[in-house]
Amino acid sequence: MQRSANGPRETMITHRAYVCYTSHYIMPQTVVPLMQSRLLRLLLPIVLVSLLGTIAWLNHRAQAPAATAIASTESIRRYGFALQEVSQESGISFTHQSPTLDPALAHIMPQVASMGASVTVVDYDKDGWPDIYVTNSGEGSQNHLYHNLHNGKFEDVAAKMGLADLNSQETGVSMGAVWGDYDNDGFPDLLVYKWGKPELFHNDGGKGFTRVTEGAGLPAWVNANSATWLDYDGDGKLDLLICGYYPDGVNLWHLKNTRMMPDSFEYANNGGRKYLLHNLGGGHFEDVTVKMGITSHRWTLAVGTADLHGTGYPDIVLANDYGVPELYANDHGRGFRDAAHEANLGYQPKSGMNVSFGDISNSGRFAVYITNISAAGNLVQGNNLWVPSGPPSPNALHYDNLASVDGVEMGGWSFGAQFADLNNDGNLDLFLTNGYISASHEKSYWYDYGKIAGANSAIIADAKNWPPMADMSLSGYEQKRVWLGDGYGKFTDVAGAIGVTDTADGRSVAVADLWNTGALDVLVAHQRGPLLVYKNTVAPNAHWIEFALEGTRANRDALGTQVRLFWKNSAGQELSQLQEVAAASGFCAQNDRRLHFGLGQNPKIERAIIRWPGGGLAQTIIAPVLDKLNVIKQ
Amino acid sequence: MISYPSAPIAPTPLKAAPSAFPIDSRYVAPILITLILAIGQFSFGMLENLPRTMLAIGCSIATEILLSYLVYRKFPHLASAYVSGISCGVLIRSTVIWPFVLVAVVSILSKYVLRVKGRHLWNPSNFGISTMLFLAPALVASLTQQWGNTLSPMLIVWTLGSVIVWRLKRLHICAAYVLSYIAFAGLRSLLPNHPFLAELAPITGPVYQLFIFFMITDPKSTVSGFWPQCAVACSVAAVECVLRLTGNVHAPYFALFLVGPTANLMEIALKSRRSVPSAPLLSPQ
Repeated sequence: MQRSANGPRETMITHRAYVCYTSHYIMPQTVVPLMQSRLLRLLLPIVLVSLLGTIAWLNHRAQAPAATAIASTESIRRYGFALQEVSQESGISFTHQSPTLDPALAHIMPQVASMGASVTVVDYDKDGWPDIYVTNSGEGSQNHLYHNLHNGKFEDVAAKMGLADLNSQETGVSMGAVWGDYDNDGFPDLLVYKWGKPELFHNDGGKGFTRVTEGAGLPAWVNANSATWLDYDGDGKLDLLICGYYPDGVNLWHLKNTRMMPDSFEYANNGGRKYLLHNLGGGHFEDVTVKMGITSHRWTLAVGTADLHGTGYPDIVLANDYGVPELYANDHGRGFRDAAHEANLGYQPKSGMNVSFGDISNSGRFAVYITNISAAGNLVQGNNLWVPSGPPSPNALHYDNLASVDGVEMGGWSFGAQFADLNNDGNLDLFLTNGYISASHEKSYWYDYGKIAGANSAIIADAKNWPPMADMSLSGYEQKRVWLGDGYGKFTDVAGAIGVTDTADGRSVAVADLWNTGALDVLVAHQRGPLLVYKNTVAPNAHWIEFALEGTRANRDALGTQVRLFWKNSAGQELSQLQEVAAASGFCAQNDRRLHFGLGQNPKIERAIIRWPGGGLAQTIIAPVLDKLNVIKQ
Repeated sequence: MISYPSAPIAPTPLKAAPSAFPIDSRYVAPILITLILAIGQFSFGMLENLPRTMLAIGCSIATEILLSYLVYRKFPHLASAYVSGISCGVLIRSTVIWPFVLVAVVSILSKYVLRVKGRHLWNPSNFGISTMLFLAPALVASLTQQWGNTLSPMLIVWTLGSVIVWRLKRLHICAAYVLSYIAFAGLRSLLPNHPFLAELAPITGPVYQLFIFFMITDPKSTVSGFWPQCAVACSVAAVECVLRLTGNVHAPYFALFLVGPTANLMEIALKSRRSVPSAPLLSPQ
């Protein structure tokens, strides 16, 4: 071996620390013949170049262009349905406005004031036709309640009903709404949650609403981005869960200081507290949050409830921004247990913005869809589709994230999503909206966002350290996704082909059979954008069935009730699908309370098994009526 | 990342540097970086996807073994490939699996292919990560978030990282880079809409701790000499500053990708001009 002729200083330290340098000048004789082999000299560079080419090709393949829109008739022929945007024809003209918060946040206002567009579906007057409530967020802006006129049109009656003028600096602005019949009088009541004072309205027989906030026991101020009704203890009265995003002590119009941002992009635990409010009856609620074991201070953006453990009591899933999702297992109404880790949900911190449940493979168990952020070259979180493995058990629940395998991982800056059988083929599909801040087409905030996202808590938690946004976009102008499910857990995006091509900043998605046609229509509320109504036309040979449930011992809205429908398809194969009546679903959304099942061609319905909440005996309905709404009382 | 000799060569011991560790230097970085990641994983789950990190490590090691066998017919020392695999597995993010395979393979392969006078020009993992970020932006992003975002994990990284680079007598490279970065952050903050703390923010995150301690200090792909090493570190910060001004989100990786081989080529050229005796320099180490 030879030794380097380097100077003495390097020689002194060579053997252990700088052995690499000496090795540059060491030539083992055995190496020469091999390295001088022409084949290797030729082959290795070719392999390297080929690998680099492969990487570029795989990247190119992942950027497949969106499908070209096709005519409705062709869409129905090819996919079994077609969506047509009909908001103007329906008399719906709504544009969301964002709030203007404390001037100290002016430099990042588009980002801070980036939520509040929500849409919920309710039949508030019990006329059998779904109505629509949509929230606004600009100070002085009006929320709208669109009454279904039964003729394809809607009329805004919010002002007449006392539900319009709810947004002001003094009491805060609307972030969303959720309907629930808390007094079991047969008419759904309304909670409007805000960055501000939550408001409760009693439904006066569908003729109007009375504000009953005072004395109800609601918190004075919550910067909430999600809330839901649930009967957590099975006592037949709907309780309330309100989830804070910003900490409660923050008044976004009058900041004490600018240290109100998350203290971490992934592990923030300085968000708003949660309020689990037990219904005492008589319009009064009691805060039982800590007593029931809910201690989260994460930045919650979405809440969903479903009986995941099969106990007859609703479990709670929270999708949290800047952190891991949370799963609270319901111990038969006696309290909640943090089960996120044991269920494998609570390990990967992302930017959770949606919770939807769906029996995607018709197995009788719910997968959980939680949306996150994906932006090419900047941040690749991917949405999560948590699919259960093994049978449900009160003590054991395990999920695997199969979003990538199933094809529903990459959306964009994803917000609301809903499972729904859009083509009535008996398999759940998935509608997802994307896009955060659409401003300049040329300038992106991603570089600046990346700078602050990786910073230490001392920097990231203070809004004044965040780079100014000016007119930059942040994941703006993104396409929606309409994924068709095959019933085996695989999904294919057909959004572009069926005509869902708008690129406004979608937030809230809700589904409902708005015109009682037996097809699920889709509503999408957009931040600083319109409420879009996608009317669904389904192939006439695809059948369906709907259920309207009413509890007697259970809460009258039947929230938490599960229906498992069994039918045989045209080939004689027995199929089943599980659905559950819920209040909040997705992001700041609520679907029609009626359950809708697609059944495909020539189905033969066998039975529907109904499990009312509270763990009682199941009720079996033999051969419910096809292509009809079946009204079932407990 | 620091790469260590994997050649089956046992150079004649000359005069070992004083050591606080009674272990082979080649094991120091792998052991300490494993320790850092293990603590981080148990504290914050920092790896996010442990199987994919393990996959990158496995592919890196397998590639090293294969190439070493093809080229030398010898079993290599695996410390270098192990550390390269860790850096590849930690510093890229993707929802698909193949990037973790290809980034590791490309990194190790570059060490064997892209050579001038026996020296590989790029830090292997820097080459792999940079090419992946450049060629596959739709599917691959770099690690951008924090590990807990609090001081404690940073203190661990700083302490262990400092021990490693001190052990390798390369702490001055880190210092030169950090000071340069801060100076350039100050310069950028003179521009409108560039608050100083926002410019400083990235260097407070964990990505930079790995970058500073384990990538720019790589003995195998840095020039020799105290001041030249400082100059290269400053140059990396300078080029990074330029890239940042263009809004490049992967500025540090690309800066090192550009500056590192340039500096190495300059050094090789200078040494050639001085007629340094050089046998055929073909070892990948």
